[in-house]
Amino acid sequence: MNLNDAVFMLLALITLGSALGVVASKNIVHSALLLVLTFLGVAGLYFQMNAGFIGLVQILIYGGAISVLIIFAIMLVMDVEPEKTNLPSPSLGRRLWGVYLVVLLIIALGASIWYTKWPLAISAVNSDEMTALADLMLGKYVVAFEVAAILLLVAVVGAIILAKGADDK
Amino acid sequence: MENWFVNIAHALTNWLTGLGLSAGWADFILLVVQWVFIIIIVTLNVIVLIWLERKISGFIQQRLGPNRLGPFGMFQTIADAIKLLTKEDIIPSATDKLIFRTAPMFFIIISVMLYVVLPMGENMVIVDLNVGVFYFISVGSLTTICLLMAGWGSNNKWSLLGAMRSVAQMISYEIPLAFSLLGVIMIAGSMRLSDIVAAQSNVWFIVLQPVAFIVYFIAATAELNRGPFDMPEAEQELTAGAYTEYTGMRWALFFLAEYTNLVAVSALMSTLFLGGWQGPFLPSWLWIIIKTYLVMIVFMWLKWTFPRIRMDHLMSFSWKVLIPVTLANILLTGIVLQLFKGMGW
Repeated sequence: MNLNDAVFMLLALITLGSALGVVASKNIVHSALLLVLTFLGVAGLYFQMNAGFIGLVQILIYGGAISVLIIFAIMLVMDVEPEKTNLPSPSLGRRLWGVYLVVLLIIALGASIWYTKWPLAISAVNSDEMTALADLMLGKYVVAFEVAAILLLVAVVGAIILAKGADDK
Repeated sequence: MENWFVNIAHALTNWLTGLGLSAGWADFILLVVQWVFIIIIVTLNVIVLIWLERKISGFIQQRLGPNRLGPFGMFQTIADAIKLLTKEDIIPSATDKLIFRTAPMFFIIISVMLYVVLPMGENMVIVDLNVGVFYFISVGSLTTICLLMAGWGSNNKWSLLGAMRSVAQMISYEIPLAFSLLGVIMIAGSMRLSDIVAAQSNVWFIVLQPVAFIVYFIAATAELNRGPFDMPEAEQELTAGAYTEYTGMRWALFFLAEYTNLVAVSALMSTLFLGGWQGPFLPSWLWIIIKTYLVMIVFMWLKWTFPRIRMDHLMSFSWKVLIPVTLANILLTGIVLQLFKGMGW
């Protein structure tokens, strides 16, 4: 096993272990913090694939912003003891539905992994992935990029109007 | 003198490969050695910094500051450090143990991680990432989670309030922080910190981007939770915010991490705006130390001169003043750059 494989194993272990912890933890705040660790593990995998920019975006957006939002939301709505916030559902029917969905997901993912032809050729690493990304975003896909930006702007304005309106009434 | 540290690094890798190690492993060991050195420098430097901060605050408030132990009270912080190290580690019974224990550790790890991309002299950067500036911003943004962990894990109203304040403040000020750096990146045409330093060989970016420098300075003060933006730990109303329940070494780790962040941000500022390691006569690594210390002294000067800013003023200042100013700065920089390109520069 060379260093590259060892690093991959370590990152995979961190990602999968913390993802398991998200599901298994009985305290939902712990789950949210483990989710941050999962995001960071995924970012590490991006780094290993020489996609530094994507990895950093993953850290900034998911690790630094989205997870804070999740934790904030949890803290604001939590009203029971923290140790009982993330228990499995008491109803048997819901549990069976959960098992059904998980099996379905495993079959779908497994099939897609099994039937994909993974190209094994090693292509040259693009050392300047940022320029390539910028060329695509502001060249070929500029319309989609701008539409996404407008969508986000509309969402922000909508959120402000909702918050302000709640104040007035 | 200029190449001291570079020569030491070369000698180390040569010695390791001479012992029969492959080049990859020699580089790996060199990385670990650099990492350990950074931790040692950071820890020792904090002792100087705390003494400096107390002396400066004393000078500004017309007091003497520490003056008993050693010349000019220089050994006071060493005594404080020994006291903190030997103190009992109190963990209150109602805390969320795991989160409470790990929060300071994560905080210090993230602060030390910032140093990886900083050029500490000519050819003296540990990893010269092509996205160096972005690395600094995104890894720095993770400190929010640590403060939130500390505030939540303490299970204390003041701690949680302080953590909430710091998170709100840090998320708001991250936007002008990143936007102000865009102007610099646009002129340099690269996010690699060594390229940005090289682009300043003729004129420092503080001259070309004065607005960005001021906005970055303000936003960085807020990101560091330092006065006058230290609402999250406002001693008079929150008894120290997220750090209320911490004692001994765990509390000291937070302190250490805050000063580590201060040094990192000051070093980044001197790299991006003050020409980095470039300077006449003295070796490059000495120049970056001088510039970093100058920036830090200004940070301390500000902290002890201005009163604390109210929370709502703080937030509206970021959203209504800093962000529009940085957006206008980006637009203006872009227009001027295109004009110069059109004129054939």
